[in-house]
Amino acid sequence: MDELKEIIKNYVINEYLEPDSEPIDYDTPLISGGIVDSFSMVSLKRFLENKYNIQIPDEKATPEAFDSVNKIAQLVREFIKV
Amino acid sequence: MTNFGNYEERVKGFSWALSEQELGYQPGQIINIGWYCSDRICQLGKADKTALIWEGFTGEKKIFSYNDIRLYSNVFAQFLTDLGIKAGDRVCLFMDRVPELYIGFVGILKTGAIAQPLFSAFGEESLFIRLENAQTSAIFTQKKHVSKVRKIRERLPHLKHIIIVDYDGKTPLQAREVAFSMEGSKKVEHYDIYPTYAETPSVLHYTSGTTGMPKGVQHVHYSLISQYLTAKWVLDLKDDDIYWCTADPGWVTGTSYGIIAPFSLGITQCVLDSGFSAEAWYKFIEKNRVTVWYSAPTAIRSLMKAGDEIIKKFDLSSLRHLASVGEPLNPEAVNWSIRVFGKPFHDTYWQTETGCIVITNFPGMPVKPGSMGRPFPGITATVLNPNNYEPYPEPGRIGLIGLKPGWPSMMRTYWNNEEAYKNKFRNGWYLTGDRARIDKEGYFWFVGRDDDVINTAGHLVSPFEVESALLEHPSVAESAVVSKPDPINMEVVKAFVTLKPGFTPSKDLELDIMNFIRKKLSPLAMPQEIEFVDSLPKTRSGKIMRRILHAKEWGEEIGDTSTLEND
Repeated sequence: MDELKEIIKNYVINEYLEPDSEPIDYDTPLISGGIVDSFSMVSLKRFLENKYNIQIPDEKATPEAFDSVNKIAQLVREFIKV
Repeated sequence: MTNFGNYEERVKGFSWALSEQELGYQPGQIINIGWYCSDRICQLGKADKTALIWEGFTGEKKIFSYNDIRLYSNVFAQFLTDLGIKAGDRVCLFMDRVPELYIGFVGILKTGAIAQPLFSAFGEESLFIRLENAQTSAIFTQKKHVSKVRKIRERLPHLKHIIIVDYDGKTPLQAREVAFSMEGSKKVEHYDIYPTYAETPSVLHYTSGTTGMPKGVQHVHYSLISQYLTAKWVLDLKDDDIYWCTADPGWVTGTSYGIIAPFSLGITQCVLDSGFSAEAWYKFIEKNRVTVWYSAPTAIRSLMKAGDEIIKKFDLSSLRHLASVGEPLNPEAVNWSIRVFGKPFHDTYWQTETGCIVITNFPGMPVKPGSMGRPFPGITATVLNPNNYEPYPEPGRIGLIGLKPGWPSMMRTYWNNEEAYKNKFRNGWYLTGDRARIDKEGYFWFVGRDDDVINTAGHLVSPFEVESALLEHPSVAESAVVSKPDPINMEVVKAFVTLKPGFTPSKDLELDIMNFIRKKLSPLAMPQEIEFVDSLPKTRSGKIMRRILHAKEWGEEIGDTSTLEND
């Protein structure tokens, strides 16, 4: 199991999904699927920055980059590595 | 050739009777928007014409003809009648952009009930405030949103019916809940449409002000007269157009120009029920051969941010007219659209209370990038001196935008709040709450709001509402909410907060407060920044001085601080 992806997935489930919502997986579309809107994306980005002590530049925080757990994990890894 | 033609000729001798005649309406007769949006179009011989092309985020597609709109809206209307819903009752639509939202709206109006659309991203408190104020009798929602309704239903004794449009039987229905399937129901060939008249209430949209809770803007069936003609002239909608209005019907653009106008004109419109993605949007335009596109500055700036390269991947040559609404359209966005699409976005100005476009850049007329345009024929607009509410006699002066009341889609009142309604008028002018100037050629130029209301991505957020919600967070002692500049959304919410004893500022606490507001009110209302402070600037009488904090965020002069406490 990928710990980073699990942390992101659980955060999305706890913060953005209503009870009884359909389950999500690592590829579920979050932005285009209407689970996380562009305003809520700000709080998701802030969570990742706080949790991993990173700064994700605004130009990298696009709807496409936040559209699934897999894509978010890929983005976060770019900054954790440094 | 545009539908509008020449400005001076249109203004000369203009009468809304022109719109009445085109719609076959005579004063005093029955006028029901639901009928005009469905049955009438079928009677004009367009029953088989495509009314709605709907696409979900998974790529699922549905197509509805005008006869489908007629039959399915009858299904909605009959269902509500069977539930005991009566004319004048408020029926809420709390859904994503699914077909049931568009067709349900038409169906509600056919019963004579008042449609109350609410943005599906609202949190339970925002939902509660609006349902409680309207004493709403029934709500249509989806299973993904019903948990928010369940959390507040015990506090809503008037809410008799919670109607789930996509119930799948996996979990049992709870108190007051009922399942409804539009496409699974037997089609209703004939429904006795309620005889509404010009002044019969039709739609209730909630909007935020500086003080107090959100207000229900009440419109009437006669609003159709304005919405039909403004769409025809400003959006230049023609019979063979494929029209895409990106607004959500939880807000007024999504109903006036996302339902009423295109359906009453018998136009084919398409809807994408998906979150924002530049690629998905361009693909949608290409696939559906969209010709007229009505969007918003925030979306346009997001498309600009996605870059020009991506545009080259798509054939967008079908686009022939572009328009924008929600907040001022910056000149860079207009110039960008000329460069990449070969045509400008035309800014349109109006608000929930006006019900229709009132000042606009017209098709076929030169667009002055950054300008709001000129008043629609039949709309008397001016800039008023804020000291005596008299129009400035000369151009160039900055003042309050004033509109002479009397056009068909002007709001009739604020729901149960006649005092607030009366307070919107001065010296015979309706005050929009915005400041502007007029140039020598009669074009209006937006300057800013005249109050503390925050316009974020084209949606108004009340600082008072956010401050009230912040005080419910266990750590917050006091708060002040203002706007701060944002390159995409124009403005976003910023909160200044003092903490109760025992709490320490931290990034995690900031995030916790942000999420608290997002879930309680809405993502739009969520502060995108929280600044923890030791104290807030107050007058000597203890009133928090938001304007000082606002000036700081916008790099403006702070102004008179003579009443400031501890100065």
